[in-house]
Amino acid sequence: MLRFLLQRLATIVPTLFFVSVLIFGLQQLLPGDPATALAGEERDPEAIRYLRQKFHLDEPLPVRYWYWASGVLKGDLGDSVRIQKPVTELILEKLPVTIQLATMAMLIALVIGVTAGVISAVKRDTWWDYGANVFALWGLSTPNFWLGILLILVFAVQLGWLPASGYVSPFEDLGANLAAMIMPAFVLGNAIAAVLMRHTRSAMLQVLSSDYVRTARAKGLDERVVVLKHALRNALIPIITLGALEFGTLLSGAVLTEQVFTIPGFGKLIVDAVFNRDYSVVQGVVLFTATVYIMLNLLADLAYFFVNPRMRH
Amino acid sequence: MAAVVFQDAEPKPGGKTWKRLRRRGGAMFGLTVVVFFVLTAVLAPWLAPYDPLATSWSEVRGAPGAAHLFGSDELGRDVLSRIIWGARASILAGVVSVSISLALGVPIGMAAGYLGRWADALISRITDAMLACPFLILAIALAAFLGPSLTNAMIAIGISATPVFIRLTRAQVLAAKSEDYVEAARALGNPHLRIALRHIFPNIVAPLIVQATLAIAAAVIAEASLSFLGLGQQPPVPSWGSMLNTARNYVDQAPWIAIWPGLSIFLLVLSFNLLGDGLRDALDPRHRA
Repeated sequence: MLRFLLQRLATIVPTLFFVSVLIFGLQQLLPGDPATALAGEERDPEAIRYLRQKFHLDEPLPVRYWYWASGVLKGDLGDSVRIQKPVTELILEKLPVTIQLATMAMLIALVIGVTAGVISAVKRDTWWDYGANVFALWGLSTPNFWLGILLILVFAVQLGWLPASGYVSPFEDLGANLAAMIMPAFVLGNAIAAVLMRHTRSAMLQVLSSDYVRTARAKGLDERVVVLKHALRNALIPIITLGALEFGTLLSGAVLTEQVFTIPGFGKLIVDAVFNRDYSVVQGVVLFTATVYIMLNLLADLAYFFVNPRMRH
Repeated sequence: MAAVVFQDAEPKPGGKTWKRLRRRGGAMFGLTVVVFFVLTAVLAPWLAPYDPLATSWSEVRGAPGAAHLFGSDELGRDVLSRIIWGARASILAGVVSVSISLALGVPIGMAAGYLGRWADALISRITDAMLACPFLILAIALAAFLGPSLTNAMIAIGISATPVFIRLTRAQVLAAKSEDYVEAARALGNPHLRIALRHIFPNIVAPLIVQATLAIAAAVIAEASLSFLGLGQQPPVPSWGSMLNTARNYVDQAPWIAIWPGLSIFLLVLSFNLLGDGLRDALDPRHRA
């Protein structure tokens, strides 16, 4: 156990190092003087001088990386030039909104994806199965910002059931919050439901042909009990670990979904930062995302390790 | 040596693959739609009924009708003509981005798999680092730092998709490296580069083709996403993604501006996905028996 953990941690350190080099290196892509570019539209000479000094722009590249990285290790991702605030603060401020959106999306994806996957595996090669596969292809091929616009057209414009945009904090008005979040969550969950459906289908097909399922059936157990209690429970392990890897899709999708529904979350933060040329915010968001992804990967591996005793040897 | 001779003497598998592919309805549908959109993109100047940039104040947000089959947009431009010209941005982005990924990913992946040791360790860690950044977020960051344009969007998407090809190539090379024919080629004293290019590369092409087809689907969506955010094709040049961006503001008055570009993206992406799935089944050696 300890050895496995140490081995896993040993690969994380160099990966994080390269992530930081990659993100630091983004700055080098900027045409011209980075201080002028980082200062944003205003090009305030005061700000340029401050940035030059802050990022040690007169020093060689490795030294600059060292200054930047040691700041990051202390939780200092720099300051936003647009809104005079530390990037860390901005991220923590926007994060809860996206976490709510992502959690709702994941729940929707799990309910739709796992249900469709179980049905298509149990009713293999029937119209149910084909229907579920068509649904998965649809989910994988639909641009989610288009789906968002279509839902706005139907449910906000035509039927008038839900608001087209506008975020309300759940602490202010939970009902209004859920009404504003349900469409974006569905849009975001749709693509992941498709992926989960495919994983569930193949995991269930494998489990359903195993010996213990045959035994359970031979004992004369109700088919529903066999499928849900014996098969699905075991199939869930790979589904959950593979689901954790969908975190990237979830965040990429959140960027677009938040843009369509004007939700002030993490995705809107990076898009606004891009257009305000607020480069330290862009770097901070990417670095934060990558770090969370690496940690989630580690957790998924550990979870797999704990749930699956065969891995322990 | 015998193994090498047999390898060369084997008939080309292309014909068989095509036969298997033809039997798959989904793949053939995908291929037809892809060819349709490629022809549309190439023949755009002759197919489009109007100039895609010509504005007309008397036709602002005109509903679909005889004059404008798909209606007209917020500046009175013909939506059908813009869809036809927009196919260029999508097809170009799909093909160019994936070509960039292949050109970078395959040699680097082969180096990692073939050389092993520290080269492999270094390349694998860098690949892990790139994969840790979600695909679209990395592409957005790259496009942001490079500056918004279709060319930079294609570069950004191409680089972001590269680690997948590095991983795939590396894994395939590792599997091929221990095969008898590679051992034989090595025993004959072939130089490393020749073994890699003449003996290993032809045997890893099939999975690369499948992955490239699926990657084009992802690149088309990514280009549309970047253009939707304003980081891809710059207005007034038409692209399906940027058309959806403006359509979002007029969805209550002129929904047709939103329907057609989205439907086009969906159809093209679906077709590349179907074609990729079909190619995987047709090229998979386990189905070859």
